[in-house]
Amino acid sequence: MASEASTRTIMVKGLWKDNPIFRQVLGICSTLAVTNLVLNTMVMCIALVFTTALSSFTVSLLRNHTPRRIRMMVQTLIIAFYVILVDIGLKAFWPEMSENLGPYVGLIITNCIVMGRCEAFAGSNSPVPSFIDGFYSGVGYSFILVIIAFFRELLGMGTLFGYPMPFFSTIWDKWIIMVMPPGAFFALALVIWLFRTISADSEEDSK
Amino acid sequence: MFEIGAIFKIFLATVLVNNFILFRFLGLCPYIGVSKNTDSALGMGMAVIFVMTLTAIVTWFIYHYLLVPFHIEYLHIIAFILTIAALVQLVEMIIQKTAPALYEALGIYLPLITTNCAVLGVAMLNKDTLFGQNLSFIKCVVQGFGAGVGFTIAMVLMAGIRERLDIADVPQPLKGVPIAFIAASLLAIAFLGFSGMI
Repeated sequence: MASEASTRTIMVKGLWKDNPIFRQVLGICSTLAVTNLVLNTMVMCIALVFTTALSSFTVSLLRNHTPRRIRMMVQTLIIAFYVILVDIGLKAFWPEMSENLGPYVGLIITNCIVMGRCEAFAGSNSPVPSFIDGFYSGVGYSFILVIIAFFRELLGMGTLFGYPMPFFSTIWDKWIIMVMPPGAFFALALVIWLFRTISADSEEDSK
Repeated sequence: MFEIGAIFKIFLATVLVNNFILFRFLGLCPYIGVSKNTDSALGMGMAVIFVMTLTAIVTWFIYHYLLVPFHIEYLHIIAFILTIAALVQLVEMIIQKTAPALYEALGIYLPLITTNCAVLGVAMLNKDTLFGQNLSFIKCVVQGFGAGVGFTIAMVLMAGIRERLDIADVPQPLKGVPIAFIAASLLAIAFLGFSGMI
């Protein structure tokens, strides 16, 4: 079972040391597209954390009963199950949001992080640590995307969560380019650069 | 006549204006991973064009003749991903038997395509936007083909840029992925110029 210490190691790994975005550069595809609004990003990220954590948990539960040769297929099916849950849930309870996110919710299924965590961690660990690992990997991924979305929405439209901000919606000359696709690439590049610089520093400190 | 115009417009739109990589952010993983030199980028692009067109065809049939009659449209995500996985496997086997030279060329890129969100993206986008229209089958195939061509163009351009970046003097933390994204951003700005076309 997961002891206190190992939970913490998993947490630090997911959030910082092996952060999916600036360490591994995985799975940016389906989520980057919705980072023009903070609210959309948050919903998408919650969906992703939900899927990653629960599919890791399920894959780990079934790991001793899955023949190794077909494990990719089984993992895909498990992930698809949770993605469909999210998709249908959103359609039923929050139709406008489902409309906004469009096909990108369904595309969580091909997000490399979900599969990556199942394959790298859940396949060889017991359910509870797998759940924690999936959860923190998802969170580590989400917080960076929320940072990107925060700046894109603020600089591009002068709003946050749809509400106009003081200064940015009035005096600020809006950078429309930030809410358009090039802004997303640019913001992502800057964020990776920033975090790599910070983490390189912290590694030197610990030496 | 009117329909032909509409179909051509779909093709142009998916290749240049709504480019899958630069506008819809689909398929970024291979975009960053495989675009290190022009040859492999082109190989990957060809494989993607091939699989995307086939996916567009097959998923159209699956949706209309399997999911709709049984009223299980809500399972489209799972049906599409399984179709793509099976399709890639099948294509791989057929090419290996019939055209070993092509197999050698595409080889490692084919299995990678299963996890390429752009391919599933084509299927989902077709389902969301085109299935209701008339002549939807032809439009779907054109959109699938166009998406592949757009993917290849963006990929090859990027590979060219990255070959030059390798010899450029880039600050250490910016090396590799971040600078590639900045290049992608500039490329996307250039592609924005096409949006006035349609």
